[in-house]
Amino acid sequence: MENIRYDLITALPEIILLGMAMLVLITDLFLKQSNRIAIYGLSQLGLLLAAYFTVTTHVPSVGYAFTGAFVDDAMSDVLKLMIYVGTSLIFVYTRQYIQLRNMFRGEFYALVLFSVVGMMIMVSGQSMLTLYVGLELLSLSLYALVALDRDNHFATEAAMKYFVLGALASGMLLYGMSMIYGMTGSLNISDINHVLMNGSGIHAVLVLGLVFIVAGLAFKLGAVPFQMWVPDVYEGSPTAVTMLISSVPKLAAFAFVIRLLAQSLQTMAIDWQQMLLIMAVLSIVLGNVTAIAQTNLKRMLAYSTISHVGFVLLGLMSASGNGYISALFYIASYVVMTLAGFGIILLLSRKGFEAQNLSDLKGLNQRSPWVAFLMLIVMFSMAGIPPTLGFYAKFAVLQAALQAGFLWVVVFAVLMAVIGAFYYLRVIKLMYFDEPEDNSPITAPFDMRVILSMNALALLAIGIMPQGLMTICFYAISRSLS
Amino acid sequence: MVGLSHYLILGSLLFAISVVGIFLNRKNVIILLMAIELMLLAVNLNFIAFSHYLNDIAGQVFVFFILTVAAAESAIGLAILVVLFRNLRTINVDDLDSLKG
Repeated sequence: MENIRYDLITALPEIILLGMAMLVLITDLFLKQSNRIAIYGLSQLGLLLAAYFTVTTHVPSVGYAFTGAFVDDAMSDVLKLMIYVGTSLIFVYTRQYIQLRNMFRGEFYALVLFSVVGMMIMVSGQSMLTLYVGLELLSLSLYALVALDRDNHFATEAAMKYFVLGALASGMLLYGMSMIYGMTGSLNISDINHVLMNGSGIHAVLVLGLVFIVAGLAFKLGAVPFQMWVPDVYEGSPTAVTMLISSVPKLAAFAFVIRLLAQSLQTMAIDWQQMLLIMAVLSIVLGNVTAIAQTNLKRMLAYSTISHVGFVLLGLMSASGNGYISALFYIASYVVMTLAGFGIILLLSRKGFEAQNLSDLKGLNQRSPWVAFLMLIVMFSMAGIPPTLGFYAKFAVLQAALQAGFLWVVVFAVLMAVIGAFYYLRVIKLMYFDEPEDNSPITAPFDMRVILSMNALALLAIGIMPQGLMTICFYAISRSLS
Repeated sequence: MVGLSHYLILGSLLFAISVVGIFLNRKNVIILLMAIELMLLAVNLNFIAFSHYLNDIAGQVFVFFILTVAAAESAIGLAILVVLFRNLRTINVDDLDSLKG
């Protein structure tokens, strides 16, 4: 009995959020369109409750539940809190956008909450089975969300592409998992590590499994050479959904990589280091170079995401404590930047008009100096110009890679970051030195304006004082990885 | 005598056929969905073979989960397919080319 009690308490945040998602679905049936705002409130309340229980049940030690399939450690709690905050911001930013596009329905909120539960299970998964189930819960919700705008043929095409490539990635991941299972005889992350420590298993088969696992992970993260779905899905999805896809799931994917590569296949670090290195370099090159040729803002941000993922892989590739900490720092900063960036795109969109081309930003300074200033901070941060957060994140990752002895890779990445700065600065040039093409006023709810401003200014504030976030990342990694 | 390696070779062949099916198929989206199913079944075969030879039940439990998820996955895939057909009046893979850049 005591065991079940402990299991349930450990998984309490997941259970609460799952219950809230179902409550949202049922409540939605009984609400008129004018009262739908209650669903928004319920969703935010669910996130708040989950955050409360994540914080109150937090202990600095590692706790295993459900016969070792589920783990509650510092990393899972920190990542979960980041996911709640990110999702809460997404709800605030997207409210007006989906109201104007007839997507303000219970399904949107329920699917987002289901995807959050999936992310939480990925973050806490300690067995390949739990990790897989969490990943599928996340992916299936996202496929449905992309296709939510049923009459938009770009969105349905994007959903189909996302679905086929996502399913292919899951298949590869599973094939790799089956090989690892066959060689180690266990699905549990820490048991696999113990077995591999003893040196059992045929190395060639293990590497085969590892290749498939890394390929599957690269698909989900959107790293070269498995990046082809990223630009299409970003461009085709409704911007509200693009914002979700591009931000918080990356935190869960980070945890996924840490659990599989750093915790269970730690002894094979030499093998996966090379794979991650190649993917990181290719992602940084392709992301930064191709982004220059884009005229669509969402597509440009998609390529920018690919290059950011390259930097995260660079941190992970160092396969050291410092490397993981810097990668976590990078991915957290990336989420803050992306949320602010897409928040501004949502702010500029209005009924019947999608701000998605670079030309839509022309002369933004004359239309609204404050929004232009916020976008300036976001672009500086993405380019990695001091004193913004993006600079410090790149600095930490490159420092870790340097310590691991990859001097030339670091030099190359810096050069590529300089090339990448071009297309971010082009956005700033469009905003400040071009004449506006349309002068329609920017309307947004008050809460969105305030929170978006704080979000963008946080890039500056944390960039100047990064110690707080760095301490959190250090705490998360050092307590969870021995 | 049929041994573990026979099952693994069969599994890898099925897996290869499904991957080729996804990349070479230019005609019909439904064939893509079939290829995805085949891929998951190839993985299931692997898990069951390993589970039997390792005398460990966990692999078979995993297979049940994969089967369930595969069912949910095809439901969503077919739902997207229906919406796609309503919008585009075609399910030809080559016609899915409006997103480019």
